Order: sequence, then structure tokens, then C-alpha cells
Amino acid sequence: MTTTVYVPRDAAALSVGAESVARAIAAEAARRNVSIRLVRNGSRGLQWLEPLVEVTTPQGRVAYGPVGVGDVPSLFESGFLQGAPHALHLGLTEEIPYLKSQQRLTFARVGVIDPVDLDDYLAYDGYAGLRKALEMSPADIVQAVTDSGLRGRGGAAFPTGIKWKTVLDQPAKQKYIACNADEGDSGTFADRMLMEGDPFMLIEGMTIAGIAVGATRGFIYLRVEYPHAHRTLEEAIARAYERGYLGRDILGTGKSFDLEVRLGAGAYICGEETSMLESLEGRRGEVRVRPPLPAIKGLFGQPTVVNNVISLATVPIILHKGAEFYRDFGVGKSRGTIPLQVAGNIKRGGLYERAFGLTLRELLYDFGGGSASGRPIRAVQVGGPLGAYIPASQFDTPIDYEALASIGAMLGHGGVVAFDDTTDMARMARYAMEFCAIESCGKCTPCRIGSTRGVELLDRIMANVEREKNLQLLQELCDTMLHGSLCGLGGMTPYPVQSAIKHFPEDFMRTVQ
Amino acid sequence: MNTTPARPETLDAYTREQIDLALAQYQSQPGPLLQVLHAVQQRLRYIPDAAVPIIASALNLSRAEVHGVITFYHYFRRQPPGTHIVRICQAESCQAMRTDALTEHAKKRLGIGFHETTADGRFTLEPVYCLGNCACSPAIMIDDELHGRVTPEKFDALIEEKTRA
Ligand SMILES: Cc1cc2nc3c(=O)[nH]c(=O)nc-3n(C[C@H](O)[C@H](O)[C@H](O)COP(=O)(O)O)c2cc1C
Ligand code: SF4
Ligand code: FES
Repeated sequence: MTTTVYVPRDAAALSVGAESVARAIAAEAARRNVSIRLVRNGSRGLQWLEPLVEVTTPQGRVAYGPVGVGDVPSLFESGFLQGAPHALHLGLTEEIPYLKSQQRLTFARVGVIDPVDLDDYLAYDGYAGLRKALEMSPADIVQAVTDSGLRGRGGAAFPTGIKWKTVLDQPAKQKYIACNADEGDSGTFADRMLMEGDPFMLIEGMTIAGIAVGATRGFIYLRVEYPHAHRTLEEAIARAYERGYLGRDILGTGKSFDLEVRLGAGAYICGEETSMLESLEGRRGEVRVRPPLPAIKGLFGQPTVVNNVISLATVPIILHKGAEFYRDFGVGKSRGTIPLQVAGNIKRGGLYERAFGLTLRELLYDFGGGSASGRPIRAVQVGGPLGAYIPASQFDTPIDYEALASIGAMLGHGGVVAFDDTTDMARMARYAMEFCAIESCGKCTPCRIGSTRGVELLDRIMANVEREKNLQLLQELCDTMLHGSLCGLGGMTPYPVQSAIKHFPEDFMRTVQ
Repeated sequence: MNTTPARPETLDAYTREQIDLALAQYQSQPGPLLQVLHAVQQRLRYIPDAAVPIIASALNLSRAEVHGVITFYHYFRRQPPGTHIVRICQAESCQAMRTDALTEHAKKRLGIGFHETTADGRFTLEPVYCLGNCACSPAIMIDDELHGRVTPEKFDALIEEKTRA
């Protein structure tokens, strides 16, 4: 009998040796004359266990990890193809508490299927959402997305259905769907995992978006730092074309949708939607003044839906299972599930998808297992480089848009980066300013000049040069950036800076050696 | 690796041909400049200054526009890099896992700073701001290869491997 063995092709798994492990398993199986079917799946998101190898047994998939090349002979020796015990044996994958306690909707197939096998996708409810959508009127599709309560997962949390409605209402001949796959926030990798682990879901979501608003062309703006995702997307798009899921006359319905990937070039600001549109048009990624909104005048001057990867990839479930099904997850105005990404100094980092409402403490300690260093977690930064630092005293805050906003923080794209008690928060504040200076698009002064000035002020504060005066100047500078910047880069850099000063003032008062 | 044109200011036939091929590939697309630049850099490993007027006239843009785009994006390079480009993540999650120490180690091991190339032309060192491998911090990328949980020892082993290859 042929046993199926899964070794991820996800970039994170590859980064810790999954490719050599896959080769070693194939070689050892050949040497022993046992027949296996090797599937290269996405990652389950239990990154501390990567490379995580799974085998199919009558009871379900059994996991082993983290597997090194040196473990492969002993795995065969102890009978891992039958799911037998071994030092790396983790039991049934679905029973691993970190995974079992999740509510995976958007990531239901990630790590489970072969990401570029369209038949595998179809066997797991793939394209069920598109089939529903093809029977509905555009207005009804948009209504379903609105009713689901889905808010943009890229950062700004704007209701997706309302954005689509604006584009639907434009009479233009040519409209576009632009997927924001720039994923620049440190501590985030959900987009990457989804594109590498279930790319058809994004393609399906974009196709539904196109049909809903009347757009026949889509672009995925992918950051150049993601070569693995790029290859997987290209492969999946080619297969979708071959099988009539993209292109002219989709599934014989007369509807068309063309899709292509365009690469960014290492500029964080190009994640901001208007900068992304400039970049897609082949120009410098300078932020556009709004209005007009991209929904009215977007790519090449045409009405454009700009959505994050996760927002678009969640649409097929909403169409397939219904708006209510999705809306029934979550709390308050934060409906559905959120794929959180736990990173930094954490024992069990990875992807954790669950309905809104879990507290930071539960995420960091119950599932994350505390810090990797074993020291107390002093702070977390939530929502990327523009997100506030949250001290341990606020770890009981529930993870939802409103609760985080109420403590001056934001969820952003769902990244949670943990720092232990050896972290110098003044240095983190300086880094935030430095990052803003490096990445500023240069269009407005508070951001372009202010950030450089902020770095200088922090250097003086840390060196104890006129500390009180410079702290005062820094606060004033932050206010200017907050209120005078054209976009969120300059406008939100003060969040990490001011939260660090507020919660960790002692770090700005250190005596200098 | 394959091609290091003698001088950026003079274009040999090979370089010229690569630029023309890149243009031919994307010229008819809407808003093609970024794609053309990517294609040029993919073929030549950098974008020679002398390519600017050729690209500008082919795409009906001013030289200033083309130049402005090249310099806006961190990824585009105007000088040929070493055989391998080593990018070390400097962003927050990797900082929480001591990328500062790893970076120091890397600079010492290679004997160069960021944006520099080793004397033997093998390695160019670059900072990068998140590789999407934050749960396996600290992360680095060598050419298109991603590495996670990188210790100084692992870094040395990777450099050894590339040096031998
Ligand atoms: C500086 C800055 C960087 C951003 N980076 C990203 C990004 O990398 N990915 C993303 O989806 N949204 C990013 N956004 C948010 C986008 O501007 C936009 O709100 C989003 O793409 C809309 O999609 P959504 O409604 O599905 O979230 C960024 C915003 C700012 C101000
Ligand atoms: S805030 Fe910064 S990044 Fe945003 S538009 Fe102004 S200069 Fe550009
Ligand atoms: S912060 Fe280094 S990989 Fe994301």
C-alpha cells in the first residue's frame, strides 16, 4: 500500500530545511523499497515544529516535527509510515492543541491540500463560492459581503462590501480588482502562507470580486521578497486558465476575468493603496491625495477594488456558506475570524486563526507558550511597524478592532510581535523613526523631514543630552506627524514612539555609561 | 555569476541585447516601466545607467522619470552585486530574536558593511525589512533562498557552502 507523506513547500518550512527533508524521505523510501506518495503541502502554521512531516493513517494524519535530515532513517526504522511512536511523534495533527483550538475558515485548506492541485482544491469545497456567485446578481453578491461584516484585513478595517458597492455603482467600461499582497508589516506572514498554501482561494475570491463589481481584469501586487509565493501563484494561475476558471467565458457563463501578478520592488510605502496603484502603473510609489478614492478613480484612472489578500481570500467562504455563517463568528463590530500571526520572542510562533475576542494573554501564553528566551514578555507590538507597543499590564485586552483602539493600539494586519524584558524600548522607538525615514515616499514634510529629526532627538535623549527638552520636542514632533502627514506612514509612526515613552519611560531615562 | 559588463557607462552588444529583450517582453503592457526594470535586473543583475536613455525612449518617458523610478525602489541596483546577495532582516520580529548580534557577526565574517561587496566579489550584504518569516526569526535570504532561526554558526555554514559551490 502506498502511504501519503506530506512535507511542506511553504517558504518558512523551506527556510528550516524542508527541502532536504523531503529529498531524504524520498531517498530513504527508495532505499527501503517502500512506495510513498510525497505531497508538498502548505504549512499548518505551527512554525516552531517546522519542518512538520505528516503521514496519512486510517485514524487521520499523524504529525512529526521538527524533522531534520538526520531523523529520517530513525523515522522509517520506528515505522512512521504507520504513524508509530517516535521522539518527534506529535499524534494526530488535528489534535495538536494549538491547531485544535483554532477556528480555521480562511486557512481551512492551508497545510491540508496540495496548493497547486486544482482537483485537490475542488475536492475540499474549492470554487463552491464562485459557483454560488455565478447564480447571483452582482448586487446580491455585494450585499452578501456587506452582510457578512467582513472588514479589510490589510490594516484599515474598512467594510469590504461598502467598498465593492462604490465600485459596482460606477458606470465605467473598464474596472479593476487590485489585490494588495505587499505584506510589508514586520511580524506578518498570513498573506504569504495563504498564497503559498492555497492560492486558488485567492484567485477564486478575486474572480468573485470581478463578477460582483463588473471588473474583467485583476492584478496581484506582490512584494518581491516573496519569490516562493510568486512561483506558486504563477503555477496556480496557469492551471486556473487551463481549466477555464480564468480568462474568457469562465465555466461557460460568458463572464471573463484575467489575472496577473506584478512585483513590487522593496518599498514599504507601496503597501499603502494609492502608492500601490502608482507602482502598479510603473511609477514611483508616491502616495496620491484623496479624494478621489481608488474605488472611483483607481488603477489607470478607472474604478478599482483594492483589497488585501486575506479579505479577498475570505470571500469564497462567505459566498459558499452564507453571510450569516461568517458573521456568527466574532464580537461586536469585529465579525468573523482573524488569522493572527504570532512572532518575535515567542516559544510557539505561527499562524493562529480564530474568531475575534481572544485576549492577548491567551494568545501569548496559552497558545504561544510564553517567550522563546524563557524570560517575561515585556511588550508586544501589534499591527506592524506603525502599531503601538502594548505593555504586559494590558495583555488582558481582547483582540478585536474596537478593544485595541480603546487602548490606543490597532490590530492592523494581525501581527503580534513579542519582546522579552531585555528589550530596550528607547531603541525600538528610535527604530520606528528610522524605519519611517528610510521608507518615506517623500511627498510631505512632517514625514520626510520629521522622521529624520525624530531619530536625532532620540539619539540625544538616549545620550542624555538635554533630555527633558528633547523629550518635549519629540512629543511635539509626534503631534505634527500625526496631524500633518498625508498617509499612515508619517501619520502612525508616532504610535510606537509615543506608546514606548508612555509605558516604558524608564528606558528613556537610563544613565549613560 | 554570468555577466558583469565591463563598465556601466558603455554598453556591450550582449548588455544591449538583454535590455532590448526586456523591453520586447513588456513594452506593450499598460504601465510597463517597473516590469521592464525587473526584467533588466533579472537578466543583468543590475540596471546600468546607460540603460536609462534606451528604456526612456522605448517607453516614451523622460530619462528623469526612469531614473526617478530606479532610485525610488530599494530593490533596484545601479551597480553589479557580488555573486550572492545576502539580505539580513532588520525588522522588529527579528530584532526581538537578536538580529543585531547576527548582523554584527555577518559583517565581521564577511568583512563588509551593508550595501558593500566582498573584495573577491562573492557576497553583497544588504538589509531587508521583513521576509515574512517572522515566526522563524531571525531570518535571512541568500539570493532567492530563505533561511530561518539563523544562528551565527548557521550563518557561517551557509557562507561556507556558497563559497565552496
Ligand atoms: C504605510 C501603509 C502601508 C500599508 N501596507 C499594506 C500592506 O502591506 N498590505 C495591505 O493589504 N494593506 C496595507 N495598507 C493598507 C492599504 O492602504 C489598504 O487599506 C488596504 O490594502 C485595503 O484592503 P483591505 O480593505 O482589504 O484591507 C497599508 C497602509 C499604509 C498607510
Ligand atoms: S506620510 Fe510619508 S509616506 Fe505618507 S505621503 Fe507623506 S511622505 Fe509619503
Ligand atoms: S521581521 Fe524578520 S522576517 Fe519578518
